[in-house]
Amino acid sequence: MAQRTIVPFGPQHPVLPEPIHLDLVMEDETVVEAIPSIGFIHRGLEKLAETKDFQEMTYVAERICGICSFIHGQGYCQAVEDLMNLQVPQRAKYLRVIWGEMSRIHSHLLWLGLAADAFGFESLFMHSWRVREKLLDIVEETTGGRVIFGSCKVGGVRRNIENEKLKSITLELKNIEKMSREITEVFEKDGSVKRRLAGTGVLSKDDAYALGAVGPMLRATGIASDTRKRGYAAYGELSWEPVVETAGDCYARCLVRAREVYQAFDLIYQAIDKIPDTEIDVKVVGNPPAGSESFMRLEQPRGEVVYYLKGSGTKFLQRFRVRTPTFANIAPMVVALKGCQLADVPNIVLTIDPCISCTER
Amino acid sequence: MGSFGIFKMVTGWALSKPATRLYPFVKREPYAGTRGSIEIDIQKCTFCTLCQKKCPTEAILVKRQEKIWEIDRLRCISCNACVDACPKNCLRMLTGYSPSVTARTVDSFAQEQLKSAAEASKTAQ
Amino acid sequence: MADTLLTIDRSELLAKVKELKAAGNRLVQISCTLAEEFEITYSFDKDLALTNVRVMVTKADPVVPSITDIYLCAFAYENELQDLFGLTVPDMKLNFNGNFYMTAIKTPFNIATKKQEAQ
Repeated sequence: MAQRTIVPFGPQHPVLPEPIHLDLVMEDETVVEAIPSIGFIHRGLEKLAETKDFQEMTYVAERICGICSFIHGQGYCQAVEDLMNLQVPQRAKYLRVIWGEMSRIHSHLLWLGLAADAFGFESLFMHSWRVREKLLDIVEETTGGRVIFGSCKVGGVRRNIENEKLKSITLELKNIEKMSREITEVFEKDGSVKRRLAGTGVLSKDDAYALGAVGPMLRATGIASDTRKRGYAAYGELSWEPVVETAGDCYARCLVRAREVYQAFDLIYQAIDKIPDTEIDVKVVGNPPAGSESFMRLEQPRGEVVYYLKGSGTKFLQRFRVRTPTFANIAPMVVALKGCQLADVPNIVLTIDPCISCTER
Repeated sequence: MGSFGIFKMVTGWALSKPATRLYPFVKREPYAGTRGSIEIDIQKCTFCTLCQKKCPTEAILVKRQEKIWEIDRLRCISCNACVDACPKNCLRMLTGYSPSVTARTVDSFAQEQLKSAAEASKTAQ
Repeated sequence: MADTLLTIDRSELLAKVKELKAAGNRLVQISCTLAEEFEITYSFDKDLALTNVRVMVTKADPVVPSITDIYLCAFAYENELQDLFGLTVPDMKLNFNGNFYMTAIKTPFNIATKKQEAQ
């Protein structure tokens, strides 16, 4: 029998954007088992909801994570609106879609850069982030902040984007789309990227479904499951299909995310075309009623996120629970790591798009 | 594309102007709506304490009796809630970020009592 | 796509979960709320339709059976139940025994904070 050693991976590692710890049980160069360990960045945000006004809690919900911050704020607000039966005006729904898709583009470009850095392609990493900076400029122009948008509130959105501004944004977005094509073409066609990623971290269709994988992990195995199809916000009125690949390996997940960037651009153009001229918010009166519950599911760039809120009749919520996509993807990642080489471990860990600050709010 | 598909993009950028700015010699102009730091026109303030109630991080302290308005710059998250809540529109969001500090201090603004100065000049006459 | 919520007894949990797995559902999440009793909700999804199964557990007997035999991915959620709420989940595969979340205070959701006591 070959000699077994245990190699610790993380919590500090150059490829990890956030700290997670894995104990890799190795036989020579092959990983036999991976045991995860989290808790380095637990801030107790769910407990904070019991002592903070539910409208102010939006600011805390947005700061659960820096990369997926807008959709956390949107999900929280939608869940509270569901508890209190508030009807959000149409323009607010379309604006949330526009900002949500911009958030998705910036997150995927960030991930493409990190993935390139993980297998050593530093110039591709720098160029991906250069394109992302242009998008963050548009975000700052429309919301006031580059990373924390601060534009969702219970009852609607806080700022409006006027129609002339939307037209000028469309031109800038088309320019950014052209620049992104240069980046994603390298991922799709370059031989060195393919040699490094194809065939590693393979997850079969049934395994992914049974282990509870979500987001691009699931769609890369051939299952067309996208939570935006539930039709929340204005997604029910736009025409689009989930992006699906069939190989189930790291390369397929990379292609799914690259193609979702263009799907997101297309959704923004559709939303800008169809946006109506109504109010942007509705007045919030009272508190979430006692005993009311809401399960709100949204699609973050990393997968399906579930918000469970329980009202208590006062201005403090009884329970605020977020089940983030990376939490659900830990089990498939641990299974995908079995049998891989040590040099492939960073690629596979990054391929679930780990957002550990979301995982351990 | 073979093995060196990024060649065209990289040489293009190597031969053209850099994408980065030479900060601090060239500074970036922020956008009009950028949320930077809070400024108060203290003379218009009526000390109603609405901004203190709406602040999610408890960064604002309003002292009604002494007519002093204080903000802890390091607690402020530039969320704009106080600007939206102020009924007298004396709070404004500036586009520049508050500068780095070496100690935790609180910025204090005291309202000048112009009324008492006017009364003092009246009694003097 | 409406959500459904069923409240069942702790003894029927394993049979119900096996039935949902055979029907093609995937496990979405397990969450817990602590009021007078522990309210544990298991959520399952198939084709965007959510089915919630709720089990009430009293504070005097904080034990709930493990479903890791049926859904292996439940280990993360059940470890979280042990670490944050103080529940005991026997027969769990990959049981971290209270070390999954390394918090400074043990079972933080099972104690009242100073602010709550003041209210």
